[in-house]
Amino acid sequence: MFAYISRRILYAVPILIGVNLLTFALYFLVNSPDDMARMHLGAKYVTQQSIDKWKSQRGYDKPLFYNEKQTGLKAITDTIFYSKSVRLFVFDFGNSDNGRNIGEDVYQRMWPSLAYALPVFILGMFTAICFALLLVFFRSTYVDLMGVVLSVVMMSISAIIYIIAGQYLVGKVLLLVPISGYAPGISAIKFLILPVIIGVIAGLGASARWYRTIFLEEINRDYVRTARAKGLSELRVLFAHVLKNAMIPILTGAVVAIPLLFMGSLLMESFFGIPGLGSYTIDAIQGQDFAIVRAMVFLGSVLYILGLVMTDISYTLVDPRVRLN
Amino acid sequence: MAQDIIRLLKQRYWQNVILLLAAMLIVYLSYPLFFNVQAEYLNTDILIFFLLSVFIVFIAYIRKQPHLSEPWKQVFKNKIAMSSAVVLCFFVVVGLMDSVHFRKSGTHSLEMLSVLDVSLEYINKRTEKTYSAPFAIYSYAKENFSNDKGVKYRDYPRLKYAGSHIKEAEHTSDILKKSLLSILVGSALAGFVVVLFVLIFSYKHSLTFKETVKCIMDNSLEFPWKVALLSIVVLILLFNWLFYMSAYYHVMGTDKVGQDVFYLTLKSIRTGLVIGTLTTLIMLPFAIALGVMAGYFKGWVDDVIQYIYTTLNSIPGILLIVAVMLAIDVYIENHQALFSTAVQRADIKLLALCGVLGITSWTGLCRLLRGEAFKLRELEYIQAATALGVSHFRIIVSHIVPNVMHIVLIVVVLDFSGLVLAEAVLAYIGVGVDPSTISWGNMINSARFELAREPAVWWSLLAAFSFMFALVLAANLFADAIRDAFDPRMQGVK
Repeated sequence: MFAYISRRILYAVPILIGVNLLTFALYFLVNSPDDMARMHLGAKYVTQQSIDKWKSQRGYDKPLFYNEKQTGLKAITDTIFYSKSVRLFVFDFGNSDNGRNIGEDVYQRMWPSLAYALPVFILGMFTAICFALLLVFFRSTYVDLMGVVLSVVMMSISAIIYIIAGQYLVGKVLLLVPISGYAPGISAIKFLILPVIIGVIAGLGASARWYRTIFLEEINRDYVRTARAKGLSELRVLFAHVLKNAMIPILTGAVVAIPLLFMGSLLMESFFGIPGLGSYTIDAIQGQDFAIVRAMVFLGSVLYILGLVMTDISYTLVDPRVRLN
Repeated sequence: MAQDIIRLLKQRYWQNVILLLAAMLIVYLSYPLFFNVQAEYLNTDILIFFLLSVFIVFIAYIRKQPHLSEPWKQVFKNKIAMSSAVVLCFFVVVGLMDSVHFRKSGTHSLEMLSVLDVSLEYINKRTEKTYSAPFAIYSYAKENFSNDKGVKYRDYPRLKYAGSHIKEAEHTSDILKKSLLSILVGSALAGFVVVLFVLIFSYKHSLTFKETVKCIMDNSLEFPWKVALLSIVVLILLFNWLFYMSAYYHVMGTDKVGQDVFYLTLKSIRTGLVIGTLTTLIMLPFAIALGVMAGYFKGWVDDVIQYIYTTLNSIPGILLIVAVMLAIDVYIENHQALFSTAVQRADIKLLALCGVLGITSWTGLCRLLRGEAFKLRELEYIQAATALGVSHFRIIVSHIVPNVMHIVLIVVVLDFSGLVLAEAVLAYIGVGVDPSTISWGNMINSARFELAREPAVWWSLLAAFSFMFALVLAANLFADAIRDAFDPRMQGVK
């Protein structure tokens, strides 16, 4: 097991190197630091001096790969590639373009993100499974048909519409909860309740339909027939037998998303003013802070790869038939 | 390969198809000569018409292959799919009309018009000062007035164009009168279309008129024509009403700078369709080539391709889009000279967005195709081909690719609606289409601030939402029918 996990982690290293090189190419080869400086300072009427000053303040004034002025190891370490890209591997994100330490910001902001994303993840899965089981219980009746149509309708509505409509109705017309904002600790609940509900509803259509097909595939299996032949009620067959077996593909499919919960949600956070990593990224995009965007891309892929490794492990835990090789 | 094509070209059927395509191309290239305009071919326009010709060849090919046309017949036997197809057709026609761009010659204006712009000129030209509600005759914002005695006061001014033909007291009755008239005209139009259809149908199948009507009403024909005709009638009635009323009122209100929202939302159709279809067009060659190669060759080719798509896949989609779009923004900003007009700049950005969305969405298809090619290469007929000394290229092109096309089709139609929805999210994040491009995403994005006004400006949100919803819903329902017909696994589930 240990050997298997370490092999999987080693396999992730070249992928991370690939991600790193890709973002480096996007930000330093396609667009030179001069381009970025000009963009930041306003495209026209910028003197070379102010560009140079902008670059040296942020450490972009070094050579890309090899510094001829330095000797020894310094020739490689005193470059943009080393200081901006290689340092990411030890989670040293450096400073953002306006001088704040990205690592500290990330550490502070991942908790609100998690406070939003975790309830959405759990509640969303729970409601979708209940809804799907209900449809399967009434399969090939009008209830099922209406349910599937309803899911397709819900899938066809943009997440932004859910947010705007929810915010408008609950926050502005009914005045039940604050429209946006955040408070640390237990009082966060009143700010989080609306985004969580909207997040759950927005995702319900697609996942309920997906779970329904999983349940329907399961319901034609032999063990279901055996359970029915024993004289178990349909409800019991569904909840005790089908649900248990269908949970294997559902849970293992969901594991990959767990580490990414730390990243929160770009849309929800910025709409509801939750100070998490999602709104951090949006702010960076709108302020064109490339250092933060690069850090977030790297962090996102690390978490995704972590999710992949966890998925593999969960397969081996859940299904003993999966061999570790 | 070349011989196959020559053999096909000797058939009358394919000669006709080529003639049709050639005629389309000639019309597309030569229409400026007849209308005294100067044609403008944007990058996306050219790609759209390329896609259209691919689509026509595709249909022509399928019609000749019984094993391929059978599942398609299955799709159109589905009533929901039939009416979704009618709705999709409407969107496509509007999108295509909006993709023929030209400039009026003689004038020195740089303004680029499309066929849609010209047909809707009567709506577009009537620009008010600022917001106004649907069917309103008064503006949304108060203005300064002074009465005869010179006393200044503030009141809502009458709109410049909407309802300028009536007095205030006639407002409701005028709307009702005009609506009734438009329903009458619409019914006549719809009746004409239905009768025309029945006539053509009865002529083709040598039935009498009465028999055809009876068969259509009974649903005893191969396809549910009743549903199709019903959808067409509903569409004609609805849009006849909208277009007719637009000549007198702003049926969906006006936006901040007084532009008609109905016009804007019709213009947005093209953007939505471009993102939904061109993205696929751009990514499809890569996904098919790499996926099939990885599955067929295995070994180091497979390793390299797997590495590429795992790397791309491991960056969360939206972050990758953001990263690339920001880089492209910087590039466009610093290479202004390459793009002569703002429209071209917006167009190249739209195309770039399609490319980026393609990068994030090809990996899923690639993985599916790899798995399928993996299975196929072990089958007897491929091994027989290998034993007969058929080249790898030939095996892939004529034995593997045709047998994975159903997966490609299913993924493409399922992706379409997701891409249209993604545009709205990206517009909000600020990395979507250019702000000057009219799109549902941009409309919804600006609607956020409009809702916060007092009283709320809800109409552009509602207009953008309903059109987007109609398109995505129709696409989703149609995609479902296609999946049911083409996916062998779905047969047991239903």
